[in-house]
Amino acid sequence: MKCLLIGEYRQGEMLSSVYELFGFAAGIGAEAALFLVGSEAAVPAADIGVYLADAERYGEYQPQVHQRLIAAAVERYQPDLIVFSHSSYGWDMAPRVAYRLGAAQVSEVVDFVDGEPVAPVCNGKLRRRIALKTARTVLTLQAGAFSAATLPAGSPNIEAVEADEQPRIIFEGYEQAPAADVDLSKAEVIVSAGRGIGKPDNVAMIAELAKKLGGEYGASRPVVDAEWVAHERQVGTTGQTVSPKLYVACGISGAIQHLAGMKKSEFVVAVNTDKDAPIGEVADVLVVADVTQFIPVLSEKLG
Amino acid sequence: MNILVCIKQVPDMEAKFAVAANGVWYDPTDLAWRMNEYDEYGVEQAVQLKEQVAGSDVTVLCIGTDKAKEIMKKALAMGCDRGVHVADDEVFSREPYEIAAIIAEFARDKGFDLVITGMQSQDRGSAQVGLLVAEMLDLPGISTVVGCSLDGDGLALSRELEGGVRAKVRVNLPALFTCQLGLNKPRYPTLPNIMKAKKKELITIAVADLLKVAGRQATTALFVPQKKGGGLVLEGDPAELADKLIGILKEKTTVLS
Repeated sequence: MKCLLIGEYRQGEMLSSVYELFGFAAGIGAEAALFLVGSEAAVPAADIGVYLADAERYGEYQPQVHQRLIAAAVERYQPDLIVFSHSSYGWDMAPRVAYRLGAAQVSEVVDFVDGEPVAPVCNGKLRRRIALKTARTVLTLQAGAFSAATLPAGSPNIEAVEADEQPRIIFEGYEQAPAADVDLSKAEVIVSAGRGIGKPDNVAMIAELAKKLGGEYGASRPVVDAEWVAHERQVGTTGQTVSPKLYVACGISGAIQHLAGMKKSEFVVAVNTDKDAPIGEVADVLVVADVTQFIPVLSEKLG
Repeated sequence: MNILVCIKQVPDMEAKFAVAANGVWYDPTDLAWRMNEYDEYGVEQAVQLKEQVAGSDVTVLCIGTDKAKEIMKKALAMGCDRGVHVADDEVFSREPYEIAAIIAEFARDKGFDLVITGMQSQDRGSAQVGLLVAEMLDLPGISTVVGCSLDGDGLALSRELEGGVRAKVRVNLPALFTCQLGLNKPRYPTLPNIMKAKKKELITIAVADLLKVAGRQATTALFVPQKKGGGLVLEGDPAELADKLIGILKEKTTVLS
């Protein structure tokens, strides 16, 4: 089995998520090569095969062009699996590449059993196993599902790939979210609000508990999207990544994007009416209760 | 602007899911159903663009069982002009490639300037359909959009990346984009608009008329994942729970000392 692993390059650097792709390939005993639209300087100093396209020439985000470049690398390497991270680059590129190659695609793979990928359904509450019907398959891997690999020492064997495709969109650059006034990454205690708090007025009781515990309050994405809490307090893949001594998740079901932002917390308490909510997987203590009933009582007892 | 917006009916994600008798999908009985959250942003964006560009027309398409018409009525009440229901009792077994092929087959000769989909569905979560439709129709496709505005005769879009970074992209029409959560504020249908929606055109097409491809993958088993660990589960009266929790925090953490 051969895997072509698709690296990601943003603002001049290769993202470290690529090591999880190598970990996946090693785990299934497959031979692997790296594809990257990037620069030679960004390629890891390791004994690996690399298909490299020049980001200066092809752009960091030019999906149509990258699709052709990956197809060119596939033509040369002849992999069985083309593997991406399930990220803003990976889920964007994978369907385009799958279509170009006439390949099946399975998204957000969390396991690989006897040649069949396993992927989550309904926010991770269920999983499914998938039989593939095409010669090649495109996979995107859930962040953190496969352990990062250490690459063999040595120097890379780099082959340049080229494509002759005109961009169809104009990439105008990156926009950084304004610097947050609240640096959650420094807080020792974070109490976060999820959709389960019910209504915007209830943010106050979350903030109150955070204050009693000497920490800050945060929020999950739905609460931020609904504008109950400012974006600078969002915990998760698209917000802040935190690792406090205590994380209290209030009415947060535990979507993978949220878990990725808080699972390194030292101690996690979840308050949720649903005993089976995915947040329970990472919680040291799961309090089965309605947030609006439990939190005020807890705050009061903390004096 | 002639716009096609594609929506899907999904179960409420707070539900307790059980594996169906066929062993390959969840049991659809006793679930509350709603419009896929990502698609609500798509409908809202389509209607906003229609309000900005005179003479626009918005078609909403949904592939599903008869029950899926519930969310089509909501989309029509939010301001879509017409509905196309692709009747498919096997919708749950369709993989993204088949779903995309159905949409592309419908859209191919209709002259849409813009196709909008959610970035993914809440149940399957594959994030493939929109971009596959773009490939099939040979349109530029932009995924994960959190900002959209008219820009000359094209669109200025913001793509959400990780860690609070966005990519700014400009595209000429015709094009396709997929909506990320938070793109806009989906409106609630008003009662007069719900009444008006009842008079709007809602046609049904049999899936067999549009599905010309075979699936490239199939689910062989659906299962509830084994709990990896999970910690202590506390249940009971709130006051007792609070006392127990404070005891645990004093013992296991340093935050209360």
